[in-house]
Amino acid sequence: MILAFFALSGLTVASALLVFVARNLLHALAFLVLSFLGMAGLFLTLSADFIGVAQVLIYAGSISVLMVFAVMLTPLASRNNGSTLYVIPAMLAAGGLASLIGFVAIDTEWDERKGEALGVSDFTTTVAGIGDLLLGRYLLAFEVASVLLLFALLGAIVLVQERRRAGEEA
Amino acid sequence: MPPIPAIEDLSITLAHYLGLAGTVFAIGTVIALSKRNAVAVLMGVELMLNAVNLTVLAFSRFSAAFEEGGSAPLEGHVFVVFVLTVAAAEAAVALAMAVLVYRRRETVDLDRFNLMRG
Amino acid sequence: MSEQPMRPATPMLRQIAEHRSLLQRFMGVSKEWKGFALLLLGGLGLSNLAIAYVVIDGRLDGQWYDIRDLGNVTQHLRSWMQDEGFHPAVPYLTTALLGALGILSVVGGWLLIGSWVERRVLAKFQIRQGPNRTGPFGLFQPIADAVKLMQKEVVIPRVADKFLYYAPPVIIFIPAILGWGPVPWAGKMSFLDLNVGVLYTIAISSLGVLGVFLAGWSSNNHYSLLGAMRTVAMMVSYEIPISLALLAVVLLTGSMQLSTIVAWQANYNAWLIFLLPFAAFTFLFASTAEINRTPNDIGEAESEIVAGFYTEYSGMKAGLFMGVELGNAILVGAMMATFFLGGYTMFGLETWIPGYLILAAKIGAVYFLFVWLRGTLPRFRLDQLMGYAWKFLIPLSVVQVLLVAVEASIFARWETPALFPLAAFALLNLGLTVEMVRRWAHALGYAPEVAQQQPVMATAIGGLKAAQKMRGG
Repeated sequence: MILAFFALSGLTVASALLVFVARNLLHALAFLVLSFLGMAGLFLTLSADFIGVAQVLIYAGSISVLMVFAVMLTPLASRNNGSTLYVIPAMLAAGGLASLIGFVAIDTEWDERKGEALGVSDFTTTVAGIGDLLLGRYLLAFEVASVLLLFALLGAIVLVQERRRAGEEA
Repeated sequence: MPPIPAIEDLSITLAHYLGLAGTVFAIGTVIALSKRNAVAVLMGVELMLNAVNLTVLAFSRFSAAFEEGGSAPLEGHVFVVFVLTVAAAEAAVALAMAVLVYRRRETVDLDRFNLMRG
Repeated sequence: MSEQPMRPATPMLRQIAEHRSLLQRFMGVSKEWKGFALLLLGGLGLSNLAIAYVVIDGRLDGQWYDIRDLGNVTQHLRSWMQDEGFHPAVPYLTTALLGALGILSVVGGWLLIGSWVERRVLAKFQIRQGPNRTGPFGLFQPIADAVKLMQKEVVIPRVADKFLYYAPPVIIFIPAILGWGPVPWAGKMSFLDLNVGVLYTIAISSLGVLGVFLAGWSSNNHYSLLGAMRTVAMMVSYEIPISLALLAVVLLTGSMQLSTIVAWQANYNAWLIFLLPFAAFTFLFASTAEINRTPNDIGEAESEIVAGFYTEYSGMKAGLFMGVELGNAILVGAMMATFFLGGYTMFGLETWIPGYLILAAKIGAVYFLFVWLRGTLPRFRLDQLMGYAWKFLIPLSVVQVLLVAVEASIFARWETPALFPLAAFALLNLGLTVEMVRRWAHALGYAPEVAQQQPVMATAIGGLKAAQKMRGG
């Protein structure tokens, strides 16, 4: 558990940093996928099996491919991963944010489970529970999310569709 | 799957996960704020969403507030499912917009999008 | 025509004329060998009787020497280690390493045998001999090939993106191995019996896409990029029919755990291919697209774009791509066997024969089907393939998922012996599938009644037998 946590968090953070540092956009994409996979592993250490696998499926499998297509459909745009002038203020802001979160995380007395209690509360499976909640208490949100996905799909298609001008032949 | 051995003293606590999530979130913020390419900005946003997911899952795993009451700890998981959905939708629309902007301006660099400048 | 039968004109026809059937070959051997074979068979029968006595007696169940299920061995090993008082990580790590070693050796061995089998069988389809020089029956050909590939000079294009060029052979190899994790080889013999196993297989198979794309892009070659874009588009499209087909399986069996799906099929003595014929077909066809095999191998169509996304790879890097292709074929065979063909069970035969052998036989059958398809079918065009996925497979799969959902809820509520509803579902699904496919194909504009689809050339020539007859055979 300890080893897994530190190895996976090292992988995640290092590849997230490499996304920032990499000079080439596609190198950054490769490191981003690595970071997503490390994050999926971290989810698994939290005994979230369904979410971990869904993370691999959605982020590493689909969103990255979407980004690949976006890169490929913009062939004349620059492929470098340069930063704007905002990089210094952004780093300052992010550093402040990270230290604030870290301070709160360490300083607060969390009402958390430790040791024995944590071992007892291991989920054997989360799928059935998630399914019950999704089609029970959160049914409305579930439906809204599916409608959102549908509209995002339609919106993306409509946005990227190449409209023919009036004069042009098909 | 063989059962994972129970180690008596789990020294990984909620604070570890929160600190890690904060770090990843900060890196995502830097990327989202400072990158020039629209796709790279989207990468930063995805990293931030991932960090938030990690926080939610860590809370649902560690917090003692969910001790009694059956499936209550799984509410965090349900929340993450919605975040994943929204992230997928957002990525699709954002990348479609990037492609659209490219068609008009032949670039996806965000500091060249000065259409609103008079 | 003269009285004397004509000598076959071509080497091919000579080969056909000289071909002897198995029975003729058996009758040809000498008497001593026949006696020896009879003795061997008798001995085998006697020893089988002894084994049967032990199995029926039940004194074998759960012992460490019960090799019908190698899970017993590891279980005993683990409990022994726990009794000895090792650190709790030791038995866990040992069994994990043993399982990983087992999977790797099975996959590696099959890679060697599989390439030989494919070439030999394909040669039979094309009336050739296939590799027959290296070792008996050319059995050492794969080893010779591997040695040759490893010795070859690795040529790297000067303009290639070095980092992304080196990564893909590794990236693409990882999911091909990881996919074997949840496959149950026997009751206790599965490395990673996840309770989200189905989702895991889909997720793992979607990881390969990125490797393919990076390989094509980093080579900096038009053919590579074309092949990569074709493959990525195809893989992304065909992931949806695969997911929908597996969703039907999950709905009916009520579980995403692969071992539970197999147990369901064993419990009701009903393979899912009978209950869900369309899902099985969808899975098989979409898998051939996903793993780039003929008839769906436009991504690496050698007559159009050299070798597709791995055109620029040489030596063992290209060998890895080819190995992954073959490994994916047998992985799909294992998935097909597990989901639709009853996995390691065979209507009670698994009490007698080790389950992993049954599964291996089923994998071999599916693999043979793949080779058969490769030897028979021409390659589809890209637009045909995409149209087939989006216009045909996906709508019909959605309809099928709805149908199966209704059936599953009926099955859960109806209090009869399971035989009646299952038989009814099987008949209903088969009939509906045929009708649905016919009508939908008609609506899409495919009308075999109107346009004659019989291949003109083949009918006119009449095939090989007719040619032989014309030569005076």
